[in-house]
Amino acid sequence: MAIKVYGSMISTATLRVLLCLAEKDLDYELIFIDLATGEHKSPHMLSNNPFGQIPAFEDGDIKLIESRAIMQYIVRKYADKGTELMSSDPKKMAEQSVWMEVESQKFEPATTKLIWELCMKRFLFGKKGDDAVVAELLPALGRLLDVYEARLSESKYLGGDGFSLADLYHVPVIKFLTEAETKMKKLFHARPHVSAWVTDVLSRPACLKVFCKHAYCKGG
Amino acid sequence: MATPVTVYGPPLSTAVSRVLVCLLEKDVPFQLVPISMAKGEHKKPDYLKIQPFGQVPAFQDDEITLFESRAICRYIAEKNPSKGTMGLFGTNPLVKASIDQWLEAESQSFNPPSSILAFQLVFAPRMKLKQDEALIKQNEAKLVKVLDVYENRLGESRYLAGDEFTLADLSHLPNTQYLVEKANRAELFTSRKNVGRWWDEISSRPSWKKVVEMQNAPPQ
Ligand SMILES: N[C@@H](CCC(=O)N[C@@H](CS)C(=O)NCC(=O)O)C(=O)O
Repeated sequence: MAIKVYGSMISTATLRVLLCLAEKDLDYELIFIDLATGEHKSPHMLSNNPFGQIPAFEDGDIKLIESRAIMQYIVRKYADKGTELMSSDPKKMAEQSVWMEVESQKFEPATTKLIWELCMKRFLFGKKGDDAVVAELLPALGRLLDVYEARLSESKYLGGDGFSLADLYHVPVIKFLTEAETKMKKLFHARPHVSAWVTDVLSRPACLKVFCKHAYCKGG
Repeated sequence: MATPVTVYGPPLSTAVSRVLVCLLEKDVPFQLVPISMAKGEHKKPDYLKIQPFGQVPAFQDDEITLFESRAICRYIAEKNPSKGTMGLFGTNPLVKASIDQWLEAESQSFNPPSSILAFQLVFAPRMKLKQDEALIKQNEAKLVKVLDVYENRLGESRYLAGDEFTLADLSHLPNTQYLVEKANRAELFTSRKNVGRWWDEISSRPSWKKVVEMQNAPPQ
């Protein structure tokens, strides 16, 4: 029974799933879908993901889309493997769930355009992002990171004392942004608790393994 | 007797109404603390302690304080498995995965365009703000694509996640209500056979009718 992920190493949503599989010590096959040629909109991929996006996921008979839903499935199904990632204590789980939602409702919208300008344009077309657009987006991300700073001064990780999906959801975007530009790196590292958290989550073995296995921005 | 749960925020807020309909589906008694947004009560220091982003809703029970409507709904459903609508968050891992997948589709694909449209078409005129025609057009086009995916899905199954009404359907009620009833956009939904059938079914649940009644009640 093999786990298959249809996706690409330049897709933050794909990477989110791969990081989760690595934290869980699970083997998988990555089937490369080329965003540059629009393969994600081909009839064959639309049957895997009707929204025409990557990733799509298969585990035996189970087919799923939506990176965050896929991760929750992996964590529940393989509860006894690797890192726990979701607490079995309802109260702790609820705290984690709040910060999983903060990522999805606040962090993702605040960073989507930045990822496009600073990373995807380069990965897909070898082009540089638009500085003016980036400059306009930075203040809002800064204000969001201020709330993170306050949270992380109270608890080591977003969801509480332990590393969880709430942290993991953020990792691909943080990795891409902090490596894209010094300005971005400074934005995160200017806040001491956010800075320590970023360093911590990016140096987890699962993270190192996923990002070094596929040198995602080689030649970029 | 345990103290009832408290929800902070006005029922007119889409995120607050998402939590209220979940509590009603689960037969969990609650008290509502209205929080006047006009008076800026959501930005006061005391409130920011329970909701660091200064938004509604916030939620409290005898054990925990939470924010983010979808996280609150998950918590309520997990905490009360045998009350009210039993299958709201699934009773086995496979169903849960399907619920999570469609909950994510709501949060990632349906919510962004539908909340912009609800704001532009319903709230902006009430607040005497100028509407942004280009933004409306752009988001209508996005929503149409999402609803086309839903139309297919709802041709295969009665509800989004399967045969039962779940959190995945529930989460769509607040924005859709505004678009159908107050924004003159009913046709987006009713012109699609399966989506129209689904909307009739989920919007006529007693729980949602009760929330709409609360929304339409004159402010005290
Ligand atoms: N909410 C989805 C988002 C997936 C997503 O945005 N995928 C991007 C790549 S990171 C994609 O396929 N973009 C192409 C497109 O949307 O046309 C998830 O988390 O799986």
